[in-house]
Formats: sequence, structure tokens, C-alpha cells
Amino acid sequence: MRILSWAYLAAIFVFIFLPVVVLVLFSFQDSRLPIPPFDGPTLKWYATVLADRNMMEALANSLLVALISAAIALLLGFFAAQGLSRVKLPGSVLMRGVLIAPMTVSYLIIALGLLTVFNNLGFRPSLWTTGIGHVVINVPLCFAILFAAMGDHQKNAERAARDLGASELQVVFLVSAPMLKPALLAAYFLAVTFSWDEFIIAFLLTRFDVTLPVEIWSMLRSGLSPATNAIGSLVFLVSIAILIILELTVFRKSKS
Amino acid sequence: MTIEHQERRRAFGFVTPALIWTCAFFLVPFAVMVLLSLAHLEGREIIQTYDLDNYVKIFTEPSLFKGIVVSLEITLIVTVISILLAWPLAWIIATQVPQRYQRLAIMLAVLPFWTSYVVRSYAWALVLGQNGVVMQALIGIGILDEPIQIMATRAATIIGFVHFFVMLLTLTIYSNLIQLSPNYARAAADLGASGWNTLRLVILPLTLPGIMTGAFLTFVLCIGDYITPQILGGNNELTMPQLIMLQLGRRGDFPMASALSVILMMLVTLAYAATARWLKMERV
Repeated sequence: MRILSWAYLAAIFVFIFLPVVVLVLFSFQDSRLPIPPFDGPTLKWYATVLADRNMMEALANSLLVALISAAIALLLGFFAAQGLSRVKLPGSVLMRGVLIAPMTVSYLIIALGLLTVFNNLGFRPSLWTTGIGHVVINVPLCFAILFAAMGDHQKNAERAARDLGASELQVVFLVSAPMLKPALLAAYFLAVTFSWDEFIIAFLLTRFDVTLPVEIWSMLRSGLSPATNAIGSLVFLVSIAILIILELTVFRKSKS
Repeated sequence: MTIEHQERRRAFGFVTPALIWTCAFFLVPFAVMVLLSLAHLEGREIIQTYDLDNYVKIFTEPSLFKGIVVSLEITLIVTVISILLAWPLAWIIATQVPQRYQRLAIMLAVLPFWTSYVVRSYAWALVLGQNGVVMQALIGIGILDEPIQIMATRAATIIGFVHFFVMLLTLTIYSNLIQLSPNYARAAADLGASGWNTLRLVILPLTLPGIMTGAFLTFVLCIGDYITPQILGGNNELTMPQLIMLQLGRRGDFPMASALSVILMMLVTLAYAATARWLKMERV
């Protein structure tokens, strides 16, 4: 059983890591096609990508949309969780359902609905419309994470603060938020990641200013190139760096 | 006004902004889309006719109906293969890997999640291409004489999808497995069950919530995805999202795209109904 287990583990890890290894390895390819045999290493494709104005603009756009839309989604989700966890409201099941609903719908459908409405209203596709879409997909995520994290012991602390004369905003920002810090951070970074990596909403709802996944998509149309590997590897590296920092700071602390 | 009234009013105030946002940018657009699916495109004009012509067309015109069949087939195949691959992986990590390395193992198992989705499909295109690593390796060790075509076929789409959903299902099944008390396995062993029988008759059924949650997510994400079939599967057989994008792009036929989306939505609802009794989303 042991040997079989390890063999399976090894085989499936090869499958899981194969595309990532190939992606990163051939970003160092010297010739123009990212296929074997490997003839690198060289960093010239990274230089190409970093010097690409459109690519860097798209990267900045993505970052902007992700950071802001995730912040709005976090605020909306946090307030909603705060409201729904404290008292039983008439219709709370329905409200929870409405808030969670976008999670079960394909992004393509959300994008199409927004595109239709924005077209009718005469809104031009832009980073703003994309941001609105990203808030829609991230509110359920933030709400679900925070709603699950709110427990009785927090409700008691809030009640105590209120009895001692804290205002509503003081309760929310000085009592609830600090108690939920790990969940808030986790929700925020997940939301940032989802927005950062989201393609179809950004594809349909942007036109001239595009986000990084859309820019990479248009790069794919000109065929295989180690430059695509390079930008892909860079994005991966940044994500991993954030993940490690989170793991070492937020989650380690929250466990102890 | 009683304190309870005040509390309720405040609580309602907290929920309202999120509700307004979701209504304005999700429910209303969705309703508009449903109405639009009952309209027609004539020339460049959209004419509201409130009939089901688009739906009739979807089910009678082979090129459109095939999209539904293709999407369902691919999604079901991917879901089944992913479960079969992910369950042993989750079980090995939860029971065979020493406790202190489990967190590391599970993080490694989902590491490629952190590559961009578009880039991941592109990477599979590299791996599976005619001159890609897999073909070269298979020819190198003498299994194949010449490269076979995988890219731009259904197989490539399925491999790309399975890669993503194995990671997802491993997470949901693993978090289900580690919540199980070891007493179940112990009790089964005490009562004389063999290791294999314990696994099959005790542990496996107890992980149904994790399996079904993962399976539902797989279904939703897989059937609605445009990127993977477009990059890996090519244009030989189109899935529903590809058809929707085609309607939008080629002719700006929003009514037909809407009707296809509504059907996509219905399929997801069916999948939800089929798995609902096991779904415990908040626990995973």
C-alpha cells in the first residue's frame, strides 16, 4: 500500500506540474519557438516582455481593477455578513440566496448580462465596467467567507461593546473587524486573485484599456512564443510570492 | 420602538448595499437577458417578439443542438475522471503523508492554481502540441513512431480541464477527509472489516459531501468555460460558451446568445438539484 501510494503520488504530481515546468523552462528558450529541444538559458524574453508598453499597461490596469474591486467587494460582503449574522431578519434565507447566487452562475453569463445592460444604457466598455463585474463575482465570495467566520463569541463581544456605549461604526471597525482579521485578509486576497486572473468579463467589458489576461489572450493569437512563457512565469512568480508571504504572516499567526 | 426593532433595522441597513449591488448588476441584467432571449435579430435591429423561436431553433438546428451535447459530454467525462484521480490523491495526503508535511503536500498539489488561467491552457497547448514535450518523450522511448494529433481535439480540452479540476476536487475531498474521526475506521476494523472494505464501505460514503461539492463546482465551471475549449479544443466541435461567443462576435446576435445562456443556466440548475442534498458549501 505504501509503495503504491507513493508511486501514485509521484505520477499525479508529474501530471500536475508538467505544464508549469514546461511553461517556466521554455521561458528561458533561446530560439523563437518554446518547444524541445531546450537551447537556453537566456533572459531575453523577459526583457522583451518588460519592455512591452501594452503588456505593462495591461498589468497596471489589472492590478488597479483587482485591488479596488476586491476592496469594494470586501466592504459590501463584510457589511452583509455583519447584518445577516447578528439577528434573524424576515427573509434572511432569501437574502443569503440572492447574495450567493452569482457564485453559481458562469462568468460568461454574468458578463453577457452586464454587456447587454451597459449597451442599452450607452455605457462604453472600460475598466470601470469590468470592475463592476468583478465586484459582482467577488461579493458572494467575501460574504461566504466572512459569514462562516462570524461566531457566537464575536456576537457577544459586539454586544458588550454596544452595552458599554460604543457607536455602531465603532463596533464594526474597532471590535468586529480586528476579530475577523485573518478571514478579512483571506477574503481580500482571494478576491484580488479572482479579479486579477479573470478573463471573460474583462474580455467582453473592456475595449481599449485591457487587463493582463486579455492582453495575454491577444498575444496567443500570434502563435507560440517564449515571450508568452515569460509573462506567464512572471505572473506565476508574483502569485507564489504573495502566497508565501501570506502563509508566513497571516495564517501562521492565526493558527498559533 | 423596541430594541429588537432597532437591531433589525440596523442589520437590514448593513445588508442593503450588497443587496442593491447584486440586484442592479446581477439580477436585473439576468432578467434583461431572459427577456432578450425572447427577441429576434432582424438585420441589425433587435425586435422584441416574446416568442420562443430562439429556443426552438437551438433544439432543431443541429449545429446549435450539438453544442449542448458536446458541452454535456465533455463536462461529464471531465467530472468523472477528475473525481477518480483526485480521490486517491486526497486520501494519500490525508492518511499516508506524515501530519507535519500535509499542509505542504496539499499546497504543492494545488500550486498550479496560481498560474493565470489563460496561461495554463496555453502551457498545455505547448505540452500537447505535435512537437511538444509529451510527443517527443513518447517517440523518444519508442512508444510512438510519429506524433499523433491531440491538440485541437476533444482530448486536449479534457486533459486541460482535468488538470484544473483534479486540483479543485483534491481540496474539497481532502478537507472532507480530515474532518472524519479516525474512530470510523477503527470501529470498522474492530468489527472485522478488511482495509479495502473499510475504505470502500465506510470512508468513501463519508466523503460524498466533499465529492459532490467538488463535482458541482466542476460542473458549473467546466460547462461555462470558454478559454480551455477555445485554446485546446479549437474550432472542430464547439461547446456552448464557444457558440455564445460566436453569436456575439460574428453577428452581434444578442438574443440567440441570451437564449443559449439561459439554457446553460438551466443545465447548471439541474446539476444543483442533482447534488443539492450533499452540498455543504460553507464547510469546505
